[in-house]
Parts: sequence; C-alpha cells; structure tokens
Amino acid sequence: MNGNGNHNARIGVYVCHCGTNIAGKVDVQAVTEFAGKLPGVVVAREYKYMCSDPGQDLIVKDVKEHNLNRVVVASCSPHLHELTFRKTTANAGKNPYLFHMVNIREHVSWVTDDPVAATEKSKALIKAAVLRAFWLEELEPRRFPVNPNVLIVGGGIAGIHAALTLASGGKQVYLVERKPTIGGHMAQFDKTFPTLDCAACILTPKMTAVKQNPNIHLYSLSEVSEVSGFIGNFKVKVKKYPRYIDEAKCVGCGECIEECVYKEGKYPNEFDLGLGKRKPIYMPFPQAVPSIPLIDAATCIEFKSHKCPKGCVDVCGDRDAIDFTQQVQEVELEVGTIVMATGFKVFDPHRLPQYGYGKFPNVYTSLEVERLVNASGPTLGQVVLRDGRRPESVGILHCIGSRDENTNKYCSRVCCMYSLKLAHLLKEKTGAHIYNFYIDMRTPGKGFEEFYKRILEEGVSFIRGKVAEVSGWAQSPAEEGKLVLRVEDTLLGIVRRIPVDMVVLSVGMEPQADVGEVRRLFNLGCSAEGWFLERHPKLAPVDTFTDGIFLAGCNQGPKDIPDTVAQAGAASAQCMALIDKGFVEIEPNTAWIDEELCSGCHVCIAMCPYTAIHFDSEKKVAVLNEALCKGCGTCVAACPSGAAQQNLFRDEQLFAEVEGVLV
Amino acid sequence: MNTNFNPTIVGFFCNWCTYLAADLAGTSRMKYAPNVRVVRTMCSGRVDPQMILWAFRNGADGVLIGGCHPGDCHYQEGNYKALRRTRLLRKMLPQFGIEPERLRLEWISASEGERLRDVVNEFTEQIRRLGPLHAEPAKREAIAA
Repeated sequence: MNGNGNHNARIGVYVCHCGTNIAGKVDVQAVTEFAGKLPGVVVAREYKYMCSDPGQDLIVKDVKEHNLNRVVVASCSPHLHELTFRKTTANAGKNPYLFHMVNIREHVSWVTDDPVAATEKSKALIKAAVLRAFWLEELEPRRFPVNPNVLIVGGGIAGIHAALTLASGGKQVYLVERKPTIGGHMAQFDKTFPTLDCAACILTPKMTAVKQNPNIHLYSLSEVSEVSGFIGNFKVKVKKYPRYIDEAKCVGCGECIEECVYKEGKYPNEFDLGLGKRKPIYMPFPQAVPSIPLIDAATCIEFKSHKCPKGCVDVCGDRDAIDFTQQVQEVELEVGTIVMATGFKVFDPHRLPQYGYGKFPNVYTSLEVERLVNASGPTLGQVVLRDGRRPESVGILHCIGSRDENTNKYCSRVCCMYSLKLAHLLKEKTGAHIYNFYIDMRTPGKGFEEFYKRILEEGVSFIRGKVAEVSGWAQSPAEEGKLVLRVEDTLLGIVRRIPVDMVVLSVGMEPQADVGEVRRLFNLGCSAEGWFLERHPKLAPVDTFTDGIFLAGCNQGPKDIPDTVAQAGAASAQCMALIDKGFVEIEPNTAWIDEELCSGCHVCIAMCPYTAIHFDSEKKVAVLNEALCKGCGTCVAACPSGAAQQNLFRDEQLFAEVEGVLV
Repeated sequence: MNTNFNPTIVGFFCNWCTYLAADLAGTSRMKYAPNVRVVRTMCSGRVDPQMILWAFRNGADGVLIGGCHPGDCHYQEGNYKALRRTRLLRKMLPQFGIEPERLRLEWISASEGERLRDVVNEFTEQIRRLGPLHAEPAKREAIAA
C-alpha cells in the first residue's frame, strides 16, 4: 500500500504567502525549506501571490526548466483556486490532474492562534500532498453536451426576468410556478422604492411578455417533483395540479366567474392575503398570467355536492373549457441548466404576540398594507381600517422578525425602505400622522438616502426605539379606542406611550417554508437560516455547489428588486455561457472496477446510489457504467478486494496522504 | 492526564459539507485547535475503514470523520454508509487496543463553521484526556495486516 508510486516523480512545491494572509501566521520560509527536502521534490519556492500571473508563470517556467511532472501548490481552499492551478499545470504542457492543492489558508493560517503550530500543520499537509503526488495520474475530463433548454423554478420577478433574458437569446425556457399566476410578491406591491414606480406598471408588461414569448413554456400551478441527471443533462419531472379549466380552450373572458352561483365573493382571496373575497371560480387578480380563471375544489359546490346548476359550464358553451375531471399531470422535461428563483416568505408576526397581530384587527403586516394602498386591491386603494374608519394616526414598526435575537438575527435589507415608502403612501392617502419606530435606519442604495430625506421633510415622525408592546389598554382619554404603543425613545431616554389607530408591522423576509425539501430535491446547500448557499459569496454569487444550477433572487438571501433582477440576469448569463459553449467537462473522479481483482461478491452493486454498477454474469464480475457514476466513492470503500478504485481518490493516493499528515 | 500532550488527529472531511464548514470557519477567522489534519474525500462514504486503521497505525491519536447531515448527502446516502461503517469499526477497535472514543463521526454542514470549531476543539480535548495512543508495535502491525 505504501509503495512509491511513480518512481520518476519530479515534484515542484509552491508555497503562497497570500500577502500576509498566510505569511502573517505561517513561517513560509521554513515550510518551503522543509518541502524542498521531501522525497521527489525538485523545486520548492515561496511567492507572494501564487494565483497572480507572475506566480503562475513561475510554475510554468519551473516545469519546463526542471522538467517537473507534478505540481503541488500550498495556498487557499481548492474550492477557490484548484481550477486556476490545474490550468497553470496544463499551460506548462502537463496533464492538469498532475496537480494537487494544499489548503494552508482557510484550514491553517486563518484558524490557528499559534504561529509555531500553524507552521507545523502546514508542513504536515504539504508532506501529505507530496506523498500523494507520487500517485497522481494523467486523467481526461469527461465531456458531455449541454442541452440548450433551461428550467426556471419560480415565477416571481427573478424567474420572469431570467426567463425573458434567456428566451430573447433564443433558448427554450420552462418556467414552473406553483401559484396560479406568475408575478410573485412584486405583483402584490403597490409602489416600489425609491422611485415610487407603480409595481404593476413595470411588472405586468413583463408578465405579458412571458405569456407571448414563444420560447417560454409556462407551467403554472405546478411543482418540480423529481430531478435527476447532472449539469448539461438534467431530467426533471413536473407535477401540474388541476386548474379545472383547460388552458388550451379558455380565452380568459371571465364570464364563467360572473355566472358562478355565488353572486359575491365569499372566500378569502389568497392574493389579497384574505383582505378581499373571491368566488370558488376566480382570477387571483385582473392582470394574472396566464389570464385564465381557476376553480378551487375545496370551495366549489360542484365538487362538494355535485348539485350545482353549473352556470359556468353553460356560459362557456361551445368552448367547453371547464373540466371538472382534470387530474394531476406529470410532465417530463429535459434541460441543461436550472435557475432557482423560488423567492421568500414574509415573517409571520403571530410568533411575536406582544405586537397583537391576529388579536387587534387594526394591526397589519406591511404586505397587507401593500394590498390596502393598491388601487386594484380589495379596497380599491382606499386606506380604511377593518371597521371602515379612516386612520388618523399610524405606527410603522420596523425590524419585525429581523435583527432580533428571538427570531432572525439578520437584517432583511428592504424593510427600512419599504417602511418609508408606506409612510409616504399612507400619509398621501389618509393625511394621517405617521410614526416610524426604528432601531437604525438603513438606506444604502442608489437614491435611497435621498428618499429618506424626502420622507423626513414630508413631516413623518421617526422615533428611535423598538416598540415593546401594542396594547388596547387606555390609561387616558386620548388613548381611548386606540392601539397604544409602548416604546423607549432612545434619543430622548424616556419611555413613551403613543396611541395610534393603525399599526403596520414591517415584517422581514424568511426562507420558504419548504426550503428543506426543495434543497434536497435539487441537491443544494443552505445557510443556517435556510437561504440557499452560493458557491462563493463574492466570486460566484449565483453559482451553487451543484454544477448547472444557479440562484436568482431572495432564495439566496433578502434583497430588493434591483438586486434581484441583476442576479437573475447574472444567472441567465451563466446558463447562456454553458449553452453557447455547447459542452461541459466534468471532474474525472469516477470509479472503475479492475476485472482481474473483482471476486464478483456483489457488495458494490448494492452500495451505488445511482445504480451505475451491474453484474456481468458471463465474466462474473461487477461492471461500472462511467456515465452514471457521480464519483462518491462509496463502492471503493466497500470493495473487499480492492478491485474498485476512484480516480483522483485512489486508495494509494489517500493512504499516502494519511501517512503524510502524520509526520 | 498529560496536559503537555499534543495529539495528532486525522480528519476525513467530505467535499460538500464538512470541508466547506472548515473553509467557512477560515473565512470567518474562527480560531480552533491545530491538531486536526484534513484529508478531503468527495463523500464520507468514501472513507474506507482500512484508511482509519491506517491512520491509527501510522501514529494518529484520533480520527474524525465529517459528513453531511442525514438527508443532506450530496450523493444521497453516503453519510449513512459512513455511519454504519464507523459504528462497526468502533466495536472492533478495542480488539486492537484502541479506545473506540478515538474515532468520531460528526455531521457538520457547510454553514456550520462554528460547529466545526466546537467539534474540533472538543474532540482534541477528548483525545488529550485519553493520552497518546499506546498501540504496541506488534499491534500496530496487526492493524496493518
């Protein structure tokens, strides 16, 4: 097991200072001297920035001058620069897999207090890499074509923008949205900060464009139920839930809604967050896309009793679009890349009972107020309380479910700005006195600070302090019939009681409730809070750890509309780059089975999660299908005779590495 | 207890979760014990029990395997295989004169830099308390066989 591998190994070791990131803790010189004395090492050098052009040139030059056939670089995480140095090795005329990387920054210099210990640990890791390097082999990356079709999951502004961008480039896009209409949260907003553009005016044309674009195939009321394959070659199953109206036949005239046995809306409209009513057959909102009604089977009389006169069917007549027998359909799609634009959910303030949400009728969430101030909302833009009164005073409470040790520690980034916007709109529509209760005002963004100043000048009050409690307990005649906000005004240093008619809770953003299932479906990572993990926070902000799947919008973390659209554009560009290249090269870390050594015990066959191994009953050995192998290596760990091996992670390589770290 | 004893621990960290957690601990500049030396594998399911024994034979005082949380494995279920192998191996270790506490398997996701720091610190302390692995040369050879 501990043989010498390639006896002709000529190894070059390069230790990076990374400025002072490594050299500030690790004695780089001592490490380099140590490396120079290791077996097989022909050259050992240190350099300030190995990843820079001169650093890479150093390697290329050495490989040629000293006839090196192995390169070891000790610098940062292979997740950051493995590819860089593989390319360098290839530029030097060697097979890129004759390179191995040692992580002495993230795993050593940044996490170790004691410089001596950091230096010793670096030496051990470099020795491991050198011993491993003897066993490195020339490999060829596997090349696969990229299917030019793209799947976009989620039809909010992120998904819409990505779909339109890709479709305008001539790519076929499958846009899957779980709700009956695309538009997402943005469709529910009234105006957008800081320009006060009407959200509908800028969003609905894009929604219509989605509908009209022949390259976009929209699946509404649909969810992805299965994902298999890999970058360039994903197979996706989509479950399409019944709308009970045939999308191909319906023209969206809406007469069926008129003819429903319910003359008025009876059930809470989900789109209006229950502030308005709808019939069992309804359009979520007038500009919905697809502009086709749906029937809610839970409330439709025909579904409940089969005794409805079915005016909807009669009025539809020859079009015959209404179909009570629709079932869940499953569609199979083949795509090369996937954009995740699954969005967020707003924080549920029931979790903070001190604010009286659900107890006092005039405590609203900010999203509910968006619907109230919206001209196409349930009150047609009239801001009236639940008892029909017009509010004379409104308290807007910032940071509900954000920057809070008890709920979410992070800042939701948009609440300060939308609170300012709502303050402006509520003042404009009601003339009420508006109080903003804030911890800190956070307005970093183009035109944001200017907007804040404008709202200050409009005469909105700002009180620095987090409201402790919303109560209905009047202590003076002025507080009679009002909601009383108890707050420490931290600028005045006193506790105040402020009576208002209406309370707006500026709720933060949270990951979708089913993010756990979704990330498992797509094999994505999540942060502790449940936001999808980007491949690198700065250098690969829309990539994920699953190649070919990209992120757009708030599923990666709270962000505003401009940032969401920018990210959707970036994700589209990543898809385009892959599609236009036409092929992908995949890490050649597949396993293989040595026929000579295989005893035909079948152990590996049961181990493989991808059924990539089958039994050749004539030869009586296991055979591995490389195209199906994803390179986990569990068959190799299980094989009792050492017949199964994994490229890049051969037994010899790992055993040598283990031996090396134990200097 | 030998407080001067500085144990050497081999860490087998999976590429997708625990290795990234260690990267995150680094970018977050968390400080932890320098005793764990990481060998990267694509999956904790790649960790062959023989590799663990090989580490003990070659002077490791402890072995820490880091994988993805149950249900989160990048390769569906490699971490369960690691769990089964580790449990079985822990039962066998006493036969070689090795305390089973010297082998630990932990689920540490890519976002759990803090957890990585805590596990490494705690495991290092645990091994420090156990002292150096005094496997006799003959027994070490038996492990290798």
